[in-house]
Amino acid sequence: MMHGTHAWQPSASLDTLRMRAQLLARVRQFFAQRAVLEVETPILSAAATPAPHLDSFAVAYRGPHAPLAGRLYLHTSPEYPMKRLLAAGSGNIYQLCRVFRDGEAGARHNPEFTLLEWYRVGFGLAQLIEEVEHLLRSVLAGVRELPMAVHYRYRDLFLQYAGVDGLTAGASELRACLNRHGHRPPAGMTDADDVDTWRDLVLTHIIEPQLVGLVFVTDYPASQAALARIVATTPPVAARFECYLDGVELANGFHELSDVAEQRRRFEQENATRAVAGRPVMPLDERLLAALANGLPECSGVALGFDRLMVCATDAKRIEEVLAFGIERA
Amino acid sequence: MATYNTSEFKGGLKVMLDGDPCTIIENEFVKPGKGQAFNRVKLRNLKTGRVIERTFKSNESLDGADVVDTDMQYLYNDGEFWHFMVPDTFEQFAADAAAVGDNAKWLKEQDICVMTLYNGVPLAVVPPNHVILAVTETDPGVRGDTSGGGGKPATLETGAVVRVPLFINIGDLLKVDTRSGEYVSRAKE
Repeated sequence: MMHGTHAWQPSASLDTLRMRAQLLARVRQFFAQRAVLEVETPILSAAATPAPHLDSFAVAYRGPHAPLAGRLYLHTSPEYPMKRLLAAGSGNIYQLCRVFRDGEAGARHNPEFTLLEWYRVGFGLAQLIEEVEHLLRSVLAGVRELPMAVHYRYRDLFLQYAGVDGLTAGASELRACLNRHGHRPPAGMTDADDVDTWRDLVLTHIIEPQLVGLVFVTDYPASQAALARIVATTPPVAARFECYLDGVELANGFHELSDVAEQRRRFEQENATRAVAGRPVMPLDERLLAALANGLPECSGVALGFDRLMVCATDAKRIEEVLAFGIERA
Repeated sequence: MATYNTSEFKGGLKVMLDGDPCTIIENEFVKPGKGQAFNRVKLRNLKTGRVIERTFKSNESLDGADVVDTDMQYLYNDGEFWHFMVPDTFEQFAADAAAVGDNAKWLKEQDICVMTLYNGVPLAVVPPNHVILAVTETDPGVRGDTSGGGGKPATLETGAVVRVPLFINIGDLLKVDTRSGEYVSRAKE
C-alpha cells in the first residue's frame, strides 16, 4: 500500500494519458470504418467464468433481481454477453471495457484493465489474425514502427526457442528443458502436475523473453482450447491464436466454439478442476448456453489488452505507467 | 513465525529458503492469459550473500525469517569477536568473522553500523557508507601536487588499503566510501 505524499498523483504522465485517449479514438475509428458495431454489455453478472486460472471478483447485491446468494461477479471479459448478442443476430461487434481479474498484479498485470474485444461473423482465424495486424498498424501509426509479423505454430515456437516439442513433450521432458536453460521449477511441482503448467513455465521463462517484434502463435494444445474449436489433426490442436509484441502477450483469439454440448462439457470439466484444486466452483452461464443452443453464427473473436498495447506504444517498464492510477494508487 | 504468500512478497521481506534466511530483492508476477500464474523471485541469501532466482506457483508461501536490522555502535575487537552495542539499551552483541566478513576493514570504534540479527545472533554487519580513517602507511606526499592524477596506495588505521592522491601523508584523515572502497576526500576530525 502506498501512503507517500505523492501517492495521490497519477501513475501515468499526462502526456501518456493524452496518447491513451488518442489511441482509444483510433480504435473506435478503425471499427467505424469497417462498420463493426460498438456495444456495451454488463460488467456485473450472475454467472462467472469457470476457467481454472481466472479468479472473478464477487460483489454483494441486495436489490431487485438479486441472485439467490445475493452475489454478482465482475466480468473477467465480456465474451459471454457478446456471444449472446451474436446469437441474437447483432452481426460484427466490438467492445472497449474495463475487466477485472482477482490476484493479478505485476509489471504487466493490473487487477482491472481495459480489454478491446471484437467478433467477426464469417471470419476464420487467418482473416482475424490479419485484422489484428491491421488494427495494430493503424493504431500505432506514427507512434512506433511495426516490423513484419512472424507466424509460428505453438509446436514450432517451442522447437525454435526452447528445443522441445510443445505439443507432445511430457512433464519430464519439459522439466529437463527448463533445467537445460538454467531454470528451476517451483519446488512443489512434480511430473504429475498438469502438463499445461509445465508448458506455461517453458513459455513464460524461456520463450517469451526471447520474442521480439510482432509474433502470432497458432495451433495451441487442445487442452488449452478454452472457448475455441478443436481441429481433429494428430495430435488435435485448438483453433486459437495469441499475438505477442516484443514478448508481451497482447491478444488472444478463437475460432469460436458453437457446439453447446461441447461447451457445457468444457465448463463442467473446468469446474471439476477447480473443485479438485480446492477453489470455488462458479455458477455456469446458462444464458450463454441457451444462446449457443439457439445458434451462434460461424465467427471468430479476439480480446486485446489495451493497456499492454499502451505499454508497447510508450516503451513503459510497468503497466501503471500507462494507467491514470495503478492498483497501488487506486 | 508468520508465513508469507507470493502476493505478499516484496523487496526487503525476510524469508526462509532451503533452511537459510534470505531477503527478497524482486518479485515478478508472470501469467499467460489462459494459464497458470507464477512468481519469479530474486532473493539474496543472507548467510552467503549470493543472489538466487526461484519460481513459485502463485499463492505458494514461505516461512518468514526472524531477521532484524538494528543500528549498533562498534566497540572493539578482542582478537576473535567484534563487539557491538545497541546505544539505547547498552545491550551487547559479539559478531564472529563469518558475520563481519570483509567489512572488518571498515570498522572504526564508536561508528554506528547496521547489524543484521538472525534469531538474535549477528548474521551480518554493514558499516556506514562513509568512514573517516587515519593513514598509517603510504609513500611520502608530493607537496603541491593536488591534481589527483596517478595516485598511490595508502594503508589506513583499520588495515584497509585504498588508492589515494599523491599529496596524502601519513597521519592524514581520509573520508572513504565503504561501498566502493574508494577515497573521497581529506577530512578534518
